[in-house]
Amino acid sequence: MAATTLTRQVFEINNLNLWYGEHHALKGVNFPINKKEVTAIIGPSGCGKSTFIKTLNLMINTVSNVKMTGEINFNGKNILDEKVDLVELRKHVGMVFQKGNPFPQSIFDNVAYGPRIHGIKRKVHLDEIVTKALMDVALWDEVKDRLNSPALGLSGGQQQRLCIARALATKPDVLLMDEPTSALDPISTLKIEELILELKEKYTIVIVTHNMQQASRVSDKTAFFLMGELIELDETSKIFSAPRDSRTEGYITGRFG
Amino acid sequence: MSTRSNFDNDLKELKDLLLKMASKSEAAIKEAMLALINQDLDKAKQVIEGDNEIDDMDYEINDKALLLIARQSPVASDLRKISVALKVSSEVERFADIAVNIAKSALHIGKEEHFKEIIDIPKMMEMALEMVSDSITAYYSEDIDLAKKCAEKDDDVDKMFGSLIQELLSYIPQNPKSTNQIIQLAFVCRYIERIADHSTNISEDVIYLVTGRRVNLNA
Repeated sequence: MAATTLTRQVFEINNLNLWYGEHHALKGVNFPINKKEVTAIIGPSGCGKSTFIKTLNLMINTVSNVKMTGEINFNGKNILDEKVDLVELRKHVGMVFQKGNPFPQSIFDNVAYGPRIHGIKRKVHLDEIVTKALMDVALWDEVKDRLNSPALGLSGGQQQRLCIARALATKPDVLLMDEPTSALDPISTLKIEELILELKEKYTIVIVTHNMQQASRVSDKTAFFLMGELIELDETSKIFSAPRDSRTEGYITGRFG
Repeated sequence: MSTRSNFDNDLKELKDLLLKMASKSEAAIKEAMLALINQDLDKAKQVIEGDNEIDDMDYEINDKALLLIARQSPVASDLRKISVALKVSSEVERFADIAVNIAKSALHIGKEEHFKEIIDIPKMMEMALEMVSDSITAYYSEDIDLAKKCAEKDDDVDKMFGSLIQELLSYIPQNPKSTNQIIQLAFVCRYIERIADHSTNISEDVIYLVTGRRVNLNA
């Protein structure tokens, strides 16, 4: 049984503590993340959810004066302990941000950016990767006739899907999404949500969201953070029907504080 | 002001409306029983006519609950409050339907003289009405202990139902002319037994409402 449990987990986070200078932002977080599941992270502003997600691909290292203790085991290796090749790590753990942030390049070049960094040069190979990634995010039909047009000319929802395609082009295992629909209209938001449900067939997804209905619609597991602590992590159906902790209940029913 | 005071008020309104409906249904059962015992046919007709009002209250509760789901996207205990209100409303509506059934039995028997004094059926009804009252109080005050106590009484009602049916049927050979009356009274026993079952269902709903766990108290 133990072996099965281990192979199901992509990440196993043990007693993770993080400080921004003196500020203790993550406190003793233990958090298993299973393969091909969508894990949603919810909590009020400043609870540590974005900090947490940024530790998973060590994006947090771009912030100065950060100190971490504990373990973040990714596919069995503690990425805090060992000399980690950040480019390699981020190839496996892609990230999508709050607002679509395409590079000021063509649609094609945006998606081909990652594979090129990883040494793929042949046009025919890049064509294949770009086409597949754009199909995976259901953007192909909308952009196939203008792949060389500037990506910044796309709508907000299309830009966000392009950024997801860009993240998928390096064939990651995990996709981190930090409030990926907070800047989008409701229809674009639903498209991204549909996409998340399709992508989980192939990828492990961790999504930070302020939208609780979104968490309940797209995720298998939901985690509630409060003041740097992981208060509750459980099946999403359980969290939204009968959470164990009264603080989770207070937050999701809007009676927090 | 709390962050969801309007929503809280709406939930309270829903519960109060349900309580009002429950008290009307309970009164309808009592009236129907009196109509049966006293052979008061006018009262029996009034119970039947009064059912529309209770049906309308059930529709109103359903509409309000669906509107709250659409507008407030409730989760966790809020969602349970609304889903349980819908279920309890439907159980309470059944109480009123049963009152109508008993009133119809009273009309079927009409003014035909009772073949014997009716003593045990009102006793069984008292037990069932106690369960109605306990289950509704348990719902209103979210009292799990009272809900469990209420459900425990269901066995007594079931036992009484079994023995009363046997007793009633045993009277038929000696009172063949009263067969219709005896069958109607057996139906009434069955209706009362159903009242106890619906009260048990409400008790189960109360436990789900408070704990989020589903239990079967009727096992």
